[in-house]
Amino acid sequence: MKTLSGGSVRKQLILASVLSSGTALVLVGAAMVGYDALELRRALIRRLSVQADIVGANGVSAILFSDQESAEKTLAAFRADPRVIAASIYADGQRFATYLRDPGMESDLLDEGLNLASGGHRLDRDLLLLSKDLVFEGKTIGRVVVASELTEMKTAMLRGGVLVSVVLAGSLGIAIVISSRLQRRITEPVRRLADVARRVSQDRDYSVRASGAGNEEIDSLILSFNEMLEEIRKQQHELRAAHDKLELRVAERTAQLKAANDELEAFSYSVSHDLRAPLRHIAGFAEMLEGQSASLGEEGRRCLKKISLAATRMGQLIDDLLSFSRIGRSDMQTTPVNLSQLVEEVVREARAEEKVPAEWRLGTLPVVKGDRALLRLVFTNLISNAIKYSSKDAHPRIEVKLAGKEDGEVVVCVSDNGVGFDMAYASKLFGVFQRLHRADEFEGTGIGLANVRRIVHRHGGRTWAEGVPGQGASFYLSLPVEQRLP
Amino acid sequence: MNELKRILFAEDSEEDTELTVTALKESRVANEIIVVRDGVEAMDYLLRRGVFASHAPGNPAVALLDLKMPRMDGMEVLRRMRSDDKLRAIPVVILTSSREERDLVESYRLGVNAYVVKPVKFQQFVDAVKTLGLFWGVLNETPPQGATSFVKKGTVKSD
Repeated sequence: MKTLSGGSVRKQLILASVLSSGTALVLVGAAMVGYDALELRRALIRRLSVQADIVGANGVSAILFSDQESAEKTLAAFRADPRVIAASIYADGQRFATYLRDPGMESDLLDEGLNLASGGHRLDRDLLLLSKDLVFEGKTIGRVVVASELTEMKTAMLRGGVLVSVVLAGSLGIAIVISSRLQRRITEPVRRLADVARRVSQDRDYSVRASGAGNEEIDSLILSFNEMLEEIRKQQHELRAAHDKLELRVAERTAQLKAANDELEAFSYSVSHDLRAPLRHIAGFAEMLEGQSASLGEEGRRCLKKISLAATRMGQLIDDLLSFSRIGRSDMQTTPVNLSQLVEEVVREARAEEKVPAEWRLGTLPVVKGDRALLRLVFTNLISNAIKYSSKDAHPRIEVKLAGKEDGEVVVCVSDNGVGFDMAYASKLFGVFQRLHRADEFEGTGIGLANVRRIVHRHGGRTWAEGVPGQGASFYLSLPVEQRLP
Repeated sequence: MNELKRILFAEDSEEDTELTVTALKESRVANEIIVVRDGVEAMDYLLRRGVFASHAPGNPAVALLDLKMPRMDGMEVLRRMRSDDKLRAIPVVILTSSREERDLVESYRLGVNAYVVKPVKFQQFVDAVKTLGLFWGVLNETPPQGATSFVKKGTVKSD
């Protein structure tokens, strides 16, 4: 039913109770009115039948003596009952005497009574026709036909109908009042429960509880709801406790890391300042001594030279180590970096190192997200390595190109046709101070590729290399590209 | 050109002092060099206190300060000089082994005129000291004492 499927529970409950009590009342009312109608009709027929019998008994002698006047007098007894509108006595099928309540009214309707069986009756819309045979010594000598109005019965039925309607209306009103009171007892706790649920979902307050309703089903619903809330609250509490514990641990670890970092910084500061000073002294005094080299002799001068070189090299190593440590610690300034532009700049500067002019092939490179200064250092290292390790070739060839692009990262390759390397040592290439060539072959401390790897890692990328001894090397690095959100 | 003024040199290491003085002499910088061993002595000299109470008045042409010194470090000397009206105009050069960025940043924040990391190679060191001595000791002009105050980053403004 459409009316029952929508609207609030409250309305539906009222409607249901009004419908059911209304239906019951209508049925009861209809039964009562119907029974009354039947009873009234039966009483009417009985009364008319008795009156017909009395009139008939008096009418027999009038027929026997053909005394029409007497017959009409007998019929006039019907005047006592205003409901009887007409009556006739028939003899030999002919009308013998007639009574009409209102003179001048049609009396033909009485003739239809002749067609009825003796004692039979016919009920019209507003007329009851009853006929009775007149019997004398077992012989039917005539017939009485009486017509009566139904006004009284109709009035009674109307009264009954009105009464039932009034009772129905009153009962329905009472039903509405009672059911709206009753429904409040049902819907009120449901509404309160809904309020609590809303408060829980809006304020995330799992400590509130719904109160009971004094109604078995709803109480059980409220109980389950409260149990569910308690469970959620408990879980949330546990979650928060776990979260707090984790936070605490993170804070502890962070503090430890910070302490370690501070220590490292103090260490590198100390290395920077305190280790370099004596080194400078060694180098300085050795060189001052060289000013008096005449008194030293050949071997003395050679040793002095070694001391100077060693001190210089150690100074270089310390500087490299410090720059490596600084690369790991410095704050990154992340901006979009146009790699093509960057590589062109680096190549322009690096060409000063070229001993033999190389053939340069610079491909178009994308824009990546990163720290420009650090990325510049990456390409400076890779390109100056490429120049250095291809410098012994008659026709050095150096290429920088885009080697791949997928999943938000780009792969850039810097390759040369220089001395290359044995792939067996590929894993050592990016280590700090790891070198695959002797210092007298190629200069350098071996910090360059370690810096490259460290910078690329800090950008969230990877580095790897491929090489063939005597044929060249290719260095690859992947970098995240500028992601544009749709 | 001014008559050559003195150069104040604060350095705690004997070796560094010897190397620097040698380098200055090799560069033929003829200014008198006042060597002090830490920041406290440097301030005493500048303010003519203690053992320096009797020395002739007048600010040095330049103060060469080592960063790491006992008692008072170079940074503190720089800070005090920059907050003293009489000493503010003296050019200060930090001469140190440290390449630390925070030292660099802090020195410039305090208004240093130059920050030089001493090279390991002696010849480079000599060149650096020579350049410094010539520029700050001979070429550079400072305002007459008390006339104006020297403000960081080379801007000059009236008192």
